[in-house]
Amino acid sequence: MISAPEPSTQFHTDADRTTADDPRRAAVRKALGNYRSARGKTESAFISWQDAREAAAAIKYEGVNRLDVYLREFEEKFTARGGKVFWASNSAQAREYILGLARERGVKSIVKSKAMTSEEIHLNEALEKEGYAVVESDLGEFIQQLMHEPPYHFVFPCMHLKREEISALFERELGSAKTDSPEELTMIARRFMRRHYIDADMGISGANFIIAETGMISITENEGNARLTTALPKIHVALVGIEKMVPKLADLALLLPMLATAGTGQHLTCYNSMYGGPRQPGELDGPEEFHVVLLDNHRTRLLADPEQRDALHCIRCGACLNVCPIFKNIGGHAYGTTYQGPIGSVITPHFRGLQDWKHLSGASSLCGACTEACPVKIDIHHHLLHNRRNAVQEKKVWWERLIWFGYVELMKRPWAFKIAMRLAPLGQKMHALVLGTPLDPVAAWTKTRDFPEAAPRSFHDYWQERKAARK
Amino acid sequence: MNGDREAMLARVTEALRVPAPRHHEKPSKAATHTVTAPFREWLPPVGASMAEQIALFAERSESLRTEFIQCQTIEAAAQHLAGLAGENGWKRIALHAGRLADAVVAGLSSGIELLRIDNGYDKDALEACDAGLTECESLVAQTGSVCVTARSSGGRALSVLPPHHVVIASRDQLVTDLSAAYERLAAKYAANYPSFISFITGPSRTGDIERILVLGAHGPKKLTVLLVPGVA
Repeated sequence: MISAPEPSTQFHTDADRTTADDPRRAAVRKALGNYRSARGKTESAFISWQDAREAAAAIKYEGVNRLDVYLREFEEKFTARGGKVFWASNSAQAREYILGLARERGVKSIVKSKAMTSEEIHLNEALEKEGYAVVESDLGEFIQQLMHEPPYHFVFPCMHLKREEISALFERELGSAKTDSPEELTMIARRFMRRHYIDADMGISGANFIIAETGMISITENEGNARLTTALPKIHVALVGIEKMVPKLADLALLLPMLATAGTGQHLTCYNSMYGGPRQPGELDGPEEFHVVLLDNHRTRLLADPEQRDALHCIRCGACLNVCPIFKNIGGHAYGTTYQGPIGSVITPHFRGLQDWKHLSGASSLCGACTEACPVKIDIHHHLLHNRRNAVQEKKVWWERLIWFGYVELMKRPWAFKIAMRLAPLGQKMHALVLGTPLDPVAAWTKTRDFPEAAPRSFHDYWQERKAARK
Repeated sequence: MNGDREAMLARVTEALRVPAPRHHEKPSKAATHTVTAPFREWLPPVGASMAEQIALFAERSESLRTEFIQCQTIEAAAQHLAGLAGENGWKRIALHAGRLADAVVAGLSSGIELLRIDNGYDKDALEACDAGLTECESLVAQTGSVCVTARSSGGRALSVLPPHHVVIASRDQLVTDLSAAYERLAAKYAANYPSFISFITGPSRTGDIERILVLGAHGPKKLTVLLVPGVA
């Protein structure tokens, strides 16, 4: 068995590959091409986008910082309406609960709408291993499922694929005819999926918001697949991270337009649906059972860090990915995480281990575009710096410390500095001998950059000579 | 069985012992999260008069590719629906009982089968319908949205399963923004909300393939909103 590479090795290998893949990068650039202008136009229709951001941040601050109170309130309200709440500390508990439910109820086929939490806990693999047929209904997720690839971007799962590739995939997997029309490709998936909505006995969804006040979850989507997933099967399971909490139903009057604006540049996403319980007395359809699985899976670890707690305010709009110069160049798969891009680089070390994932803190130019784009004002790029600092404090690297020690000692002594300056041109000549070979100690730096040539004479010497000449 | 409830709540409480700094400032027009009305001062503007609001709803509808038809009378709306049925060759329309819904199907030719779903439905039969006709809770001018609920609009599937969704609404159902729509829902249902509330903003769409817009991903390919004057 080949063991998986270390996360940082995988990151560097995949980042290098995508960076060198010009057609793939062009496809990503093209897909994101309209984002800035579309978002800019919608954002400018706001009377005050900046005030709206402050208010949205205040809502999420309240929800996250009094999470204990609101979780209890949600549970009470939701249960009173016939819903069932399951508290999952980790992925294994969440998977087991859903599997158990499927077994007990004799479920045969399952339809899913987009849920990043299910990617996080690898739910599909677990269900398929037990023999359940699971179909992703969101078009992008469906394509990624057929590709046997994780999503490339947590809002636009298959943004990196070209239509020819999708057509070839559908030809191979669904036996459809070749086409270069995105519309025809969408209709192929639509026709395929219809049967699944009707036959499925369990629908699994995620959620964008949990509403404490009324005991509801809210799902935002464009395609209508989540609506069908939650309308037709007799069991609905929503797998939701606990940080999705907002205090009041009417808070969504602000958050829904902001999610749409920041996510895709729409005024409002096509379907924003709130679900409060299974089918109620007097209603003519809807599931008989509605289960909400509240997922921790290390979210409380991040919650316990007051400095970075606001990273849990994230509403997963994907804006920070769309504007990130690093994401555009290395692509979504290089991150190796469920949540890609700047926000993923901030939260993954908390969820999956700081030392294993600290390299993501370097996947940033620290330009701050992510922080500026964030509709709920998460201090994203500073949190990357916080993670770098924490990683070093937690586990000191001996050779880095040695270099800094030497540097400090050198800089404290002018005579030593002078000698070092004299030696620099010589050192550079020696470096030229190993440049481009595995012996180069600074290969990571020189791979894509040229060292400026050391001046034959230092500025200090020049100044002294000039002064002497003037006398 | 409710899982790891106590352990999770204990971890949350423990984690929150140290308060987090606030990165946000108070919005300039003093407000707290508990007050919804100030959202209006930051979101896109909506005119004060009914005419302005209808104009905005029409403008949004156009960019969303919703067909928005203002009708002088319910008979005119019925005529438009009959026209749609003829043009598109509809054979079956699904609907729920309601004053407006019943009135608007009155003018349909007898060749069109009506599937009334008030007492439940067969999923395949509903899927085979050419259109679903529903009433709504409100129309939202700011976003061009139709608010439907399980109780006002024939359950969950009627407005999403058939390929063409037709909404019949009256002018008094037009509200300025989402805040106003939520206020109406709260006033009407108080603590007993329907199990399903949805803001429908245009026909179903996707941009998943090369970010190119395609209508009718899984839900309706077409959305028609017929607006009639109001309760006479």
